[in-house]
Amino acid sequence: MGCELTQSVLHGYLDGELDAARAADFERHLVSCSECVGALEALETLRASLQRAGLYERAPLALHQKIRAAREAPAAVGAPITGMSRPASWRWLAAAAAFVLAAFLGWRLIPGLRGGGTETSFASAIVDAHLRSLQPGHLEDVISTDQHTVKPWFAGKLDFAPPVQDLASAGFPLEGGRLDVVHGRSVAVLVYADRKHLINVFIWPTTERGYLVRSGSQLGYHWVDWRKDGMEMCAVSDVNPADLDQLRQLLTE
Amino acid sequence: MGNKISLQMVSQMSSGGHQEGSDVLDSQDRARFDQLVLPHVDAAFNLARWLLRGRADAEDVAQDAMLRAFRFFRGFHGGDARAWILQIVRNTCYSWLEKNRPLELTTEFDEELYSQPGATPETLAIAGDNRQRLTRALEDLPPRFREILVLRELEGCSYKEIAAVTSVPIGTVMSTLARARHRLQRVLTEADPKKNQEANRGL
Repeated sequence: MGCELTQSVLHGYLDGELDAARAADFERHLVSCSECVGALEALETLRASLQRAGLYERAPLALHQKIRAAREAPAAVGAPITGMSRPASWRWLAAAAAFVLAAFLGWRLIPGLRGGGTETSFASAIVDAHLRSLQPGHLEDVISTDQHTVKPWFAGKLDFAPPVQDLASAGFPLEGGRLDVVHGRSVAVLVYADRKHLINVFIWPTTERGYLVRSGSQLGYHWVDWRKDGMEMCAVSDVNPADLDQLRQLLTE
Repeated sequence: MGNKISLQMVSQMSSGGHQEGSDVLDSQDRARFDQLVLPHVDAAFNLARWLLRGRADAEDVAQDAMLRAFRFFRGFHGGDARAWILQIVRNTCYSWLEKNRPLELTTEFDEELYSQPGATPETLAIAGDNRQRLTRALEDLPPRFREILVLRELEGCSYKEIAAVTSVPIGTVMSTLARARHRLQRVLTEADPKKNQEANRGL
């Protein structure tokens, strides 16, 4: 016995890959096939446990840095590609890369050297904080999708009360929150998910007025910064700028 | 597998019309690379980590792959940047395995060898820990099954993207996924009955 669909169409259905007609056909089949219903349930359980187990492993910060530095240095581009594990040339390359990165950061961080010095430095600090948060164990201090858990968690830890709202219904589920320090100032951070991507929203009080929205990209990450009700907020992520701005609009509403 | 890679590189190079090694991207290309490819460093690392079953090797190989991508970036004419980079990562991983751990690839299709995996006391001891148990079960799968589950369940790739990354027809993606899931379920459920069997034998 055995329904042969459990080894074929059922997977396309589970993955949302069937067109409407075939999906409807399969749903009609499900009514009369308990084997497929059971298999579907088992596969949904399997998928849920795979996704809940935190098996996705993000790149270490060092790898992000090495790649960015290497692509800045033309010499690295022509470096021979080897299949060996950590050959000597990589150590040499890493040293060169570190030098280039240091020079690059030095250039960015010296204020007044360039016209937009302050903003670049701000963006660097925010993007660095974002990268740091992606290191294992650094993302969240309080893990909860419930805004009524996350908001009270901040009470007593900061001298201001950051606005916290879950936007799961709009496609940005709240994942949790944490404390961070940017430019020597304690800030609240809310973590939102956008499919597989993470968005950090940094929040701190400001006395500055105006509703100017700033945005930019650095090191392949996008950020958008705005003010609302005495708070400055800055969202950073590797999602595309349009999605990031959609989150901004939701948080501004 | 090695031939496949060099052919692919050749086609990418010829479509770009540049000689290997002489490609120095101008600032415009570099900005495009930053925008399109750098956001996928995590995806590159994650795939390498699961194909090579270790973080240290994955870091080296993912870095290699990203530099290859940088060198051949002019051959990338738009489309799905994540699938493009993951394809390079995958090919780099397989060449690395071929060179450093050829046994892992030759046993790939030996279903029997993998039909009684990991039922060691060690697996039973960690069976209570979900993450470790799942990691172990995934790592015990042949690379072809492992990669398709990682691409689908962890990376959220569509069948079309998986087909592009692994160079197979979309229909094959569905049947391979079916086999991979079936195998993973078996590995995960096998640990428990064996424990029960042993317990029964003890009685």
